[in-house]
Amino acid sequence: MTKRSEIRIPANEIPFAKRSDASIAVVGNPNSGKSTLFNRLTGLKQRIGNYPGVTVERHIGLLKVDDKVIELVDLPGTHSLSAHSLEEHIAVDVIFGRMQGMQKPDGILVVLDATNLYQGLFLVQQLIDLKLPMVVALTMTDAAERSGVGIDIERLRQALGGVPIYPIVATTGAGLPQLRLAIADMPSLVPTERIVVWPELTEAARELSHDAREPLRFAELERLLIDGPIDANREFLEKLGGNARGKLEAVRDSLFGIEPPIAKDARIRYAWVRKVLAEVQHSAPPFYSWRVQIAAFINRPVPGTIGLFLVMAIVFQAVFAWATPIMDLIDAGAAVLGASVTQALGEGAFSSLIADGIIAGVGSVVIFLPQILILFLFIILLEDSGYLARAAYLMDRAMRSVGLSGQSIIPMISSFACAVPGIMATRVIPNRRDRIATIMAAPFMTCSARLPVYALLIAAFVPARQVGFMNLQGLVLFGLYLFGIVAGILTALLIRKTALRGPKPSFALMLPEFRRPNLQTVFIQLLGRAKVFLYRAGTVIFTVAVIVWALAYFPRSESIAPAVERQQTIAAYTLSGEELAAEYQRIENVAAAAQMEQSWLGRAGHFVEPAFAPLGWDWRVSSAVIAGFPAREVVIAVLGTVYAVGDEANEGTLSGRLKASTWPDGRKVFTLPMVIGLLIFYACCLQCAATLAVIRRETNSWRWPVFAWLYMTSIGYLGALLAFQLGSA
Amino acid sequence: MEINGNTLATLKRGEKGIIRFVDAADPQVQRLMVLGLVEGAEVEHASSAIGGDPMEFRLFGCGISLRQEHAKYFKVSPVAAGD
Ligand SMILES: Nc1nc2c(ncn2[C@@H]2O[C@H](COP(=O)(O)OP(=O)(O)OP(=O)(O)O)[C@@H](O)[C@H]2O)c(=O)[nH]1
Ligand SMILES: [Mg+2]
Repeated sequence: MTKRSEIRIPANEIPFAKRSDASIAVVGNPNSGKSTLFNRLTGLKQRIGNYPGVTVERHIGLLKVDDKVIELVDLPGTHSLSAHSLEEHIAVDVIFGRMQGMQKPDGILVVLDATNLYQGLFLVQQLIDLKLPMVVALTMTDAAERSGVGIDIERLRQALGGVPIYPIVATTGAGLPQLRLAIADMPSLVPTERIVVWPELTEAARELSHDAREPLRFAELERLLIDGPIDANREFLEKLGGNARGKLEAVRDSLFGIEPPIAKDARIRYAWVRKVLAEVQHSAPPFYSWRVQIAAFINRPVPGTIGLFLVMAIVFQAVFAWATPIMDLIDAGAAVLGASVTQALGEGAFSSLIADGIIAGVGSVVIFLPQILILFLFIILLEDSGYLARAAYLMDRAMRSVGLSGQSIIPMISSFACAVPGIMATRVIPNRRDRIATIMAAPFMTCSARLPVYALLIAAFVPARQVGFMNLQGLVLFGLYLFGIVAGILTALLIRKTALRGPKPSFALMLPEFRRPNLQTVFIQLLGRAKVFLYRAGTVIFTVAVIVWALAYFPRSESIAPAVERQQTIAAYTLSGEELAAEYQRIENVAAAAQMEQSWLGRAGHFVEPAFAPLGWDWRVSSAVIAGFPAREVVIAVLGTVYAVGDEANEGTLSGRLKASTWPDGRKVFTLPMVIGLLIFYACCLQCAATLAVIRRETNSWRWPVFAWLYMTSIGYLGALLAFQLGSA
Repeated sequence: MEINGNTLATLKRGEKGIIRFVDAADPQVQRLMVLGLVEGAEVEHASSAIGGDPMEFRLFGCGISLRQEHAKYFKVSPVAAGD
């Protein structure tokens, strides 16, 4: 029982600023394990990956220790305080307190990777210059131990001027209780003294600060001296005042001479790091662990490249082969459920809403959950094991020939899951031109929302024949993925050759060691993905299914029911037994089709049909495609609903209904050229509002999303037109 | 100290060298220095991709990949095997 319990205030009544006692920034090198630790401490599920640059935005979470609430800010990784790429800018801006809408952090939780002290200490040393309360979490101590690195923590603490250091293993939670307490006490911590690694720099900073208008922190003066009067340092420059500003260039000149400041700074600081390492690190990391061996093998030109394609082929094969049994189960389940609803409720608007609208619409999307999870599982494994970074390295040369760099590979592979995080991952690309070209290529990558469309059409229209070790269906899917890659790359090339001409992109990438993926991490991320997918199915897709059902069901025609009755009566005179039952069914199907055609959806579909007729699409396909513009997987739900109401309803599964669908004159709608065209359309068309929004945000202009939409839609249309016209000729 | 025109680009796979001089005019090279490729650092050429480009170097246990066009700005003196 605490005394405080009586005066507890509901959380929503506490002013936001007071909800936490302190704001602490989580800072460290890229891929040092910041997000893993952050998730452990706050319980938030951040994306985790074993390549540098997974976190490209800041994330805020709360850490509760006793009665204190500490706000933790997970930042993108950075190697130094002079930012190089957009994500590093975000980290540095938050650290210096110049990020809009965020106050200066009250303290810094440094994440120091025990297996990479070399780059880690380079950053820590600069962070100490900030004179903020600071605690070091020495993470990955398990990995360090395994590879034979011994670290003398007491000596390291001394070398860093007495900063508290807590050895932890973020993946298992070892050492976290002590760290938690230390973080809670951080605000009262007195910052340690600066470490003077470079006396001349200290002297120059002091000289500059003499005539400053407002007091500047040492770290701020340092930035001015090393990075110069660049845009990011505007605020510090203003504090300096007019007089001192004139002096800045002179001081810099005498400090650096003709040498590039960043180069000289790096040389001197790393010399200090090496000195510290010699004292605190018992045994140098062995150059050859099994991980390095694997890396070396994979990086051999031939096995590496073959391996890359093999890995991708296995993924696509798995997406098809492993998921099928579960999908068949869901499909059958939905059909049984729909039928029993109709039986229990009888015919009528309500029963049709439940069976044809909701079960058929939502069910036809949910069925793809197994495939999507398998796909995500592979991407998470590739990411977490460190393979993605290898892929970037392997592909750099190929990417260079199209005006991109290997760094563009990671956003592009992420886009196979979803273009939104993929586009956000482009922030690690330092050059703006390269970044935009990659952003334009990303939506061409086959995302998990395209997968259901492909899967449906392929399962229905491509025979499941065995070709070599692969299934023909898997092969076609692989081809579609390849098509997306090629289209994306050609687009990037086109853009780099026209609108964004410029010097060829640079490439420098840290290659993490292979790690055994952390099962818990993989599972948590997979679960998160499943939730997002089901949430969408339950909200967006559900709503669309209901709306589409209503549009397809209403208005009810007055003249159809009497006509059906009349025809059935006539049939009863001439036929009997099974023949009569079949005739009854036929008449009902024709009636259902007629009802559908004069529904709102039918009328709208007929209205747009001329535009899509050259592609071989009837009004049903056209209206489904149009409904899918905000989110492409909606098309499946619409087809599911439309075909549940229409005359193919008794075909059972959706793919069966598609196969049975005909033009009024009896020709099949879904011919091979038409299906190929439809697949091409889906491979190209940018039917995703979320992607457009993220392009707008990431490029900070309307020009690029508008261009992307027009460009991709036209290519899709032309591709489908060509496929159908040539194929049917 | 013998340098003899050896650069990171001329190190063979498995060979180690100590960086002796960096021609840092190119901002990309400066970036690599921030990553730790500076004078005094010992590096090993770990692997290269198709056509020998880009190259991967090991440096105090971490891997850095860079292109040959930049590797040639880092002059090295070889370290004898078994060091
Ligand atoms: N062995 C081991 N692996 C860890 C530990 N902490 C994190 N990892 C792994 O390190 C990799 C990178 O972790 P992240 O948390 O994404 O790293 P980050 O610093 O947030 O990376 P960026 O956001 O890209 O800067 C993942 O594969 C983790 O599973 C640890 O304590 N021990
Ligand atoms: Mg992170």
